[in-house]
Amino acid sequence: MLRIKNYVKAKSLEEAYELNQKKSARILGGMVWMKMGNRNINTAIDLSGLGLDEITETDEEIVIGCMVSLRRLEMNDSLNQMTQGAVRESLRHIVGVQFRNCATVGGSIYGRFGFSDVLTMFLSLDSYVELYHAGRIPLKEFVNRKKDRDILVNVIVKKENMCCAYESFRNSSTDFPVLAVSICLSEQGVRTAVGARPGRAVLLGDEKGLLTHYPEMTPDEKEKAAEQYGAFVRETVIFGGNMRASKEYREYLSAVLVKRALKTAGGTANGH
Amino acid sequence: MKYVNQAIPKKDWEALVTGKPVYTNDLAPEDCLIVKLLRSPHAHAWIEEIRTENALKVPGIACVLTYKDVPKKRFAIAGQTVPQLSAYDHLLLDPHLRYVGDPVAIVAGETEAAVETAMRRIKVKYRVETPVLDMHTAKDNPILVHPEEDWKVLIPLGADAKRNLCASDVEEEGDVDAVYEACLYKIDETYTTVPNQQTMMETFRTYCYMDYFGRLNVVSSTQIPFHVRRIVSDALGIPSSRVRVIKPRIGGGFGAKQTSVSEMYPAIVTWITGRPAKILFTRKECMTSGSPRHGMEIRVRAGADSEGIVRVIDVHTLSNAGAYATHSSAVVGLTGHKSIPLYRHLKAHRFSYDVVYTNTQDAGAYRGFGATQGIFAVESAIDELAAKMHMDPVCLREKNMLLEGLPPRGYDGNLSVINSCALDRCMIRAKEMIGWSEKYPRMELGNGKVRGVGVAMAMQGSSIAGVDVGGASIKLNEDGSYTLGLGCADMGTGCDTILAQIAADCLGTSVDRIVVFGVDTDISPYDSGSYASATTYATGNAVMLACEELSRNITAHGAGMLGKAPEDTAFDGEAVTDGTSRVTLEEIALHATCGVGDQLQVSRTFSSPVSPPPFMVGIAEVEVDKETGQTKVIDYAAVVDCGTPVNPNLARVQTEGGLVQGIGMALYEDVQYTDRGSIRNNSFMQYKIPSRTDLGNIHVEFESSYEPTGPFGAKSVGELVIDTPCPAIANAIYNAVGVRVRDLPITPEKIMKEIWKKDRG
Amino acid sequence: MVINVILNGKKIQKDVEPDQLLLDFVRECGCCSVKRGCETANCGLCTVWMDGRPVLSCSVLAVRADGHEITTLEGLQKEAKEFGAFLSNEGGDQCGFCNPGFIMNVLAMEKELSDPTEEEIREYLSGNLCRCTGFVSQSRSIQKYLQYKKTEEGGKDA
Repeated sequence: MLRIKNYVKAKSLEEAYELNQKKSARILGGMVWMKMGNRNINTAIDLSGLGLDEITETDEEIVIGCMVSLRRLEMNDSLNQMTQGAVRESLRHIVGVQFRNCATVGGSIYGRFGFSDVLTMFLSLDSYVELYHAGRIPLKEFVNRKKDRDILVNVIVKKENMCCAYESFRNSSTDFPVLAVSICLSEQGVRTAVGARPGRAVLLGDEKGLLTHYPEMTPDEKEKAAEQYGAFVRETVIFGGNMRASKEYREYLSAVLVKRALKTAGGTANGH
Repeated sequence: MKYVNQAIPKKDWEALVTGKPVYTNDLAPEDCLIVKLLRSPHAHAWIEEIRTENALKVPGIACVLTYKDVPKKRFAIAGQTVPQLSAYDHLLLDPHLRYVGDPVAIVAGETEAAVETAMRRIKVKYRVETPVLDMHTAKDNPILVHPEEDWKVLIPLGADAKRNLCASDVEEEGDVDAVYEACLYKIDETYTTVPNQQTMMETFRTYCYMDYFGRLNVVSSTQIPFHVRRIVSDALGIPSSRVRVIKPRIGGGFGAKQTSVSEMYPAIVTWITGRPAKILFTRKECMTSGSPRHGMEIRVRAGADSEGIVRVIDVHTLSNAGAYATHSSAVVGLTGHKSIPLYRHLKAHRFSYDVVYTNTQDAGAYRGFGATQGIFAVESAIDELAAKMHMDPVCLREKNMLLEGLPPRGYDGNLSVINSCALDRCMIRAKEMIGWSEKYPRMELGNGKVRGVGVAMAMQGSSIAGVDVGGASIKLNEDGSYTLGLGCADMGTGCDTILAQIAADCLGTSVDRIVVFGVDTDISPYDSGSYASATTYATGNAVMLACEELSRNITAHGAGMLGKAPEDTAFDGEAVTDGTSRVTLEEIALHATCGVGDQLQVSRTFSSPVSPPPFMVGIAEVEVDKETGQTKVIDYAAVVDCGTPVNPNLARVQTEGGLVQGIGMALYEDVQYTDRGSIRNNSFMQYKIPSRTDLGNIHVEFESSYEPTGPFGAKSVGELVIDTPCPAIANAIYNAVGVRVRDLPITPEKIMKEIWKKDRG
Repeated sequence: MVINVILNGKKIQKDVEPDQLLLDFVRECGCCSVKRGCETANCGLCTVWMDGRPVLSCSVLAVRADGHEITTLEGLQKEAKEFGAFLSNEGGDQCGFCNPGFIMNVLAMEKELSDPTEEEIREYLSGNLCRCTGFVSQSRSIQKYLQYKKTEEGGKDA
């Protein structure tokens, strides 16, 4: 069971940061993961009084507070418009509405769980995390950063024109993914995130230029390019086996999901 | 109005939908001690030393019990009628630990936190031994799960603890090998299933208290109140007259609660401390120290002649009992007894089995009770046979299925011929519902997906012939209402309601005037419990017998009031009349409460010498993604012959619920062990039962036969309905993509690997 | 620590431990409709509303409910009975153990989605497990209930 000695509803991020420097302290996210397992927490720090449960936007970026629930993220119009619904697709399989009303963006990203759909989705966007102490760093950097005692305050997504698609494969509809792929084609190039490998999500580009001018290709060219890019992802990414599937099956599946995501992202359905 | 065959809501619906406190934990006194079990981390170990003094020092701890503190006489925890098939191989706490999760100590204290702290302070020195984890190597393994000398069985059935054998037998009729050899078409394949979890939403739970007579009161979420009374008395070594068991509303059972899993622990705490105590199993405990389905490996040899007549079926079952016998020796029988008789032209059949002890969680009773596994194997094999013959599997079944008036080969229900069977009509209707002739075997959708259809038949029993006992008492109350006392356990299925429907029709009254009471072992009539598809059939018959007798007694009493002989009067439910004068039921009821010796209450029991089988046909339509192996059941047509459905809504929901459990077993619900014998799928996060987003359409219809021995022609429905999805889905996948997965669950990866194999040629 | 909660419309002040879960808190306050079915936030049995939104009370600390409105089925008896009649008319109440959490979420869905398709209904309720019914009777009852509500609303407008 989860044991908490002291609970502090932080009055400021500074206070939260100070309290969090002790090893036995923990920042509370949505609690869905934290309360599983046996854990002793000396000081539980709650950020829910700091107004970090808002999604705000400027012309350049969308700022998502760490306490924003996955459900609010799922229903956010700006993000879904920008990604042609990929954000919603990445979230809607996660257990159920009540679960997603609890789980937070901050908790999901900070945890850097291997199975995380949220991490996979954001990794494929031009996104950053804002840490209280270390400041703003790219998400792709944060993913591999050693866990420290900093506080994840916001997740920031740069606005851009993109074709985006999220594909996940699950053994049953509300299960963790066997594999998740998020592809984003923008002016900056190709960003492909592969999650639930089952390890933590990784990000790939298009080093071989297989997808250059992808949106302008003919359907046949697209299919061929998608095939080749799928093979590239399959060869490049390191996969493993776990309870849900073997390494071999995941390798195979990666090419299939990449191909499908490219079909959705580059299809005519969304105007490209 | 008549109530039988009417879809009325359950009598307890309003309390259930408004969330009233009607379940075990809602009713437990606030001052209950919290009871938890320290469990073995090892699959096979002996407790060399156990020290509890530091645990006892934790403030709020009431007691810490070890094997030294409990009776030393072995007993059986399966909810079965004495003499049980189950071996007496259980102790409340045992220094010999036989699976990961076997209880090491019982801790009781004021708060959960105190109990958890105390559990961490118990010092145990284990002597860890090599476990027997693989059922294939268990028989005659030098490592014995039950080496103890006081292990015993009342009905041997081939059990031999010195060989790790829980049961072993061969039943044969005709020359199986000769007939098999002579067959033009043969199949010889092996099918496996995993130990699926019932996952009733309410985990195992019990609370206990002492009453003012110094008796132990046990309030428990159970299907078997009367067996629990006996098992608790066995476990504690006290007379069963000192034990009273009460069943409140319970949050599902599906067979899990046909075993006394949780009762004995708070019982001994209350007995020793004198204080109320409760235990609530966590979901993890429910999945690792519960009472799941048996993992089995079933080899089927079947043969057919040139005309497509199935001449021989040979079933061999290897079943994993786990660490204790529990229901194992009974369960295995159904793998053959409910599968082989589906085929009517057999010249020979054989059913043989080995049930082995291993150092894994002991398996118990789960809806279907072995029939589910046996029917998966046989109905898959029959389709494999059809494929060899290039024959439509529906056509093969139509040529071979059991029909009314014919003898069921190898059936265990003591029937020389089947008196009620609409299996043929079920098949015709199921075919129509799914559109078999247009859809068989497959339809390419052109987008990388393909749809296939697959069929399976099933049968079960209705109570255990000559064993199960249904009990009912009925009394007339002073206002003309009746109280129906029941000893069977409504676990949500609605038996309290359907038995009231039967009573209402027997007494010519309205169902609102039947007060249902159950279950309290002090008050309720004896009933062996809600299992073995017995309640509607056996208890339903008991209700009829009791009501008929009460009706006669009311008539006689009314006749007396009229000064007439009973044979000159009649009772129509409202009044007793001789044609000219009448006394109302209310007048009779009130009259019988004062100064008379007529007892207007009756208690009757019923035990059936036969077990008439219900039948059904299930046809699955699946959509398979050829590129990933992902499979979805998009449509399922089920047609059930449960005799007269007493309450068509409740029978339909039973069927839908059973089908979805079967779909879960077929496609999703996996149980994987670590190499040290612990279960990895120990939560709803890892053991995925179907959610509503996994499912397509499900259509249920009834093709009723009339069972002459059943109440108003009824047979059972509860278990039968889980038996068709596994084979029907496996067959549909084969018809869709041409590959056969013989081990459950059929995951996308397994399908894909078979497709690769096929493509490689 | 002391928290102030509006539970089913009633102001409650109570001293709670920092690690007490909302689930245990509301049960202690007599709201026994709220059930625990798992430890992994998967079953939906413990669904309550926090400021009108459905949440899993097994995953919310009681202290976090401080200053918030919590609703359980005890506070929605009329609505529960109204929908529950549809459920039981299909035989879908069954063991009843998942009913409160399920009904809480059906009522939340009714507020949140207008005219949902069967697909949308299933997705909204995917976090509510039920082992008795196989969900089919639940679907039937929801469809009939929503249809009834629509007719009722239409009647009011007219």
